Amino acid sequence: MRPLNGEPRLRREPVLQAGQRRVIFGRRGGQRYRAPSRLAFRLQRLWLTPVVRALTRIGAPIFAVTLGLGLWFGDEGRRADFVQWVDDVKLQIQNRPEFRVSELKVEGAGPEVEEAARMLLPIELPASSFAIDLTAYHDAIARLDAVQDAAVIVRSGTLEVKVTERQPVILWRTPNGIEMLDAGGHRVASLTRRDARPDLPLIAGEGADAAVPEALEILSAAEPLLPKMRGLIRMGERRWDIALADNRRILLPSKNPARAVEEVLSLDRSDDLLSRDFAVVDMRNQDRPTIRLTPNSLEQFQIVTGQIVPEKKTETTRASARSSDTKSNAKASP
Amino acid sequence: MTDFYQSQRAMRAMRKAAMQRGVVALLDIGTSKIACLVLRFDGSDPALEAEGVGPLAGQSKFRVIGAATTQSRGVRFGEIDEMKKTEGAIRTVVQAAQKMANTRVDHVIACFAGAGPRSYGLASEVEVLDAQVGEQDVARVLAGCDMPDIGMGREVLHAHPVNFALDHRSGLSDPRGHVGNRLAVDMHLLTVETSAVQNLIYCIRRSDLELAGVASSAYVSGLSSLVEDEQELGAACIDIGGGATGVSIFMKKHMIFADTVQMGGDSITHDIAVGLQIPLNMAERIKTFHGGVVATGMDDREMIELGGNSGDWEKDRRQISRAELIGIMRPRVEEILEEVRAILDAAGFDHLPSQQVVLTGGASQTPGLDGLAARILGQNVRLGRPLRVQGLPQAATGAGFSSVVGLALSAASPQDEVWDFEIPAERLQGRPFRRAIRWFRENW
Repeated sequence: MRPLNGEPRLRREPVLQAGQRRVIFGRRGGQRYRAPSRLAFRLQRLWLTPVVRALTRIGAPIFAVTLGLGLWFGDEGRRADFVQWVDDVKLQIQNRPEFRVSELKVEGAGPEVEEAARMLLPIELPASSFAIDLTAYHDAIARLDAVQDAAVIVRSGTLEVKVTERQPVILWRTPNGIEMLDAGGHRVASLTRRDARPDLPLIAGEGADAAVPEALEILSAAEPLLPKMRGLIRMGERRWDIALADNRRILLPSKNPARAVEEVLSLDRSDDLLSRDFAVVDMRNQDRPTIRLTPNSLEQFQIVTGQIVPEKKTETTRASARSSDTKSNAKASP
Repeated sequence: MTDFYQSQRAMRAMRKAAMQRGVVALLDIGTSKIACLVLRFDGSDPALEAEGVGPLAGQSKFRVIGAATTQSRGVRFGEIDEMKKTEGAIRTVVQAAQKMANTRVDHVIACFAGAGPRSYGLASEVEVLDAQVGEQDVARVLAGCDMPDIGMGREVLHAHPVNFALDHRSGLSDPRGHVGNRLAVDMHLLTVETSAVQNLIYCIRRSDLELAGVASSAYVSGLSSLVEDEQELGAACIDIGGGATGVSIFMKKHMIFADTVQMGGDSITHDIAVGLQIPLNMAERIKTFHGGVVATGMDDREMIELGGNSGDWEKDRRQISRAELIGIMRPRVEEILEEVRAILDAAGFDHLPSQQVVLTGGASQTPGLDGLAARILGQNVRLGRPLRVQGLPQAATGAGFSSVVGLALSAASPQDEVWDFEIPAERLQGRPFRRAIRWFRENW
């Protein structure tokens, strides 16, 4: 016989389903009951009010921090001290050896450009990398005429400047001297003597630098003429003249001058044009090439064609197209 | 009645406000425990409805987010006896439930068992003004009920229109829009003592809470523990609580009768304490763990140590057999059930088509009670537990929580009470402005 006490005969634990919380109701045995006071009850209800909760958990800390900072910075001296301290720390960090730049390396530049790049660096090395205004330095280098493109980078204590130089392709004679220009017509450098770069063709005339691509086109078309050619002259910032040796000129049109050059060359091939004694070949009118003869040859021509009696001089400045055609026909027929 | 009518209307408005806010607390003020649930209303779940799950009698609209109970103090026979203590207990339980819900609750719907409820059946009949029954006809027929002599110091707690009849058609739940000549209504009126309600209001106001509704515990436990067909066909719910036993009879989904017996589990405990000369808490403990109402041969051999710390060794070492304990409990249980039987007889429960009896409440968990009740109340007896609602903790699913769960159900889908209908136009004589508003609303 089992004596029983006040404990339950069968202790049944509630079976909790998944996700169910176990809620223990009431108080464990023997605990003295005490109802919450009205004040405690009200305070708890106040705390459970969403606005109050939000204010306490977000508003109050923000307010406290703001108030503290405000009081601290309200004093002028403290504010100045703080700014001073911040500056000091900043300077300390900037002056650390990790940020020191001690060397300037210039790549891809000739001696003059390299010298200029070194001159342009505003501060003396070694210096902190924070002290170098890389953008301004880059702009200053890129402003050099001889420099087409530049890249400035600080890499492990070295200030590297990578320069792409402009390549001079043409010479431009101006009243002040001779300039070297690149393919885009931008000035590269000045020359004192033409002899310094005999490999480069010469152009002249006002505004010639703006039409360098066209000039290059003409030059490439006039490849066979190059030995006889002295250069190109820009006329009226509009069109080109080819200046040949012995003061002879080929006048090119403003539109499509390369084709006119080819036409001249084909005339040369067929009629041996350039070896003849003329002053000007005028190609400005595409449909009607015109030749101005030298006075001597004009006289010869007139004698040959029977227009004048020999030993009698006539001033004709320009032969008509008809006569030019006749002449070339006359040349071709024998 | 008018006064109470107004306050009931005010409470109904407050409950609407609480539902709008989304959180409401439910308080079951019992004699042995006070239970509190915090409900969150968030509308029915459209995803569930799309899957074909219906609104579940309003259940899908709410979720229990806080639950707490505490030992009741200062409550006797289901009525508030010592205000200070009860107020403290209400604070305790509301605080715990709020803490669990992690939200503040301002509105409380309360129920209590005692205060001597009395049921009245009322009837009224009027001629329909137009061809169709309108709001005003319903209002007039409800107002036409003769107010019974409910006695001094009593107030109406529930007034349910149970049945509408139009000419010879009876059993209409909503007569509006029907065509007919004579509209009749049967109404069930439940009155309680004014003082009990006022004490309750006072205690809740003292706790900084607003009372958003009062219900009879017998009614709401019937709502939660009777299943739908029982409510439809006729059934009685016997809520055996601590200090009072509530009886409510349901028919056609309406409560048609309610009463209480002023005895319950505490009476049994008291009997045990007196009979065995032990303190009340020990008696309660022994009753809970070893109690029963049907003795068997085995119970003679099961000895229970009574214990105690009186200092007298002889007294503290006493043992009783379980059969003795049953011998003390059974007469009291029988007495309670006999009283219930008398109430059911008086209410004419025999004439209902189905005579299902459902036992619920904390004391209904006594082993063997259903067998004993079947002998006294008829064969159709079952033990009822409250309906399962969303979020209810495991610990609050027992029979003792049927009234607070029922309160949740009635808060979610309230029964129409008289004060939910319109006031008949004749009674609005002193309020021309309201009459003008009504006229506008009806004509546009």
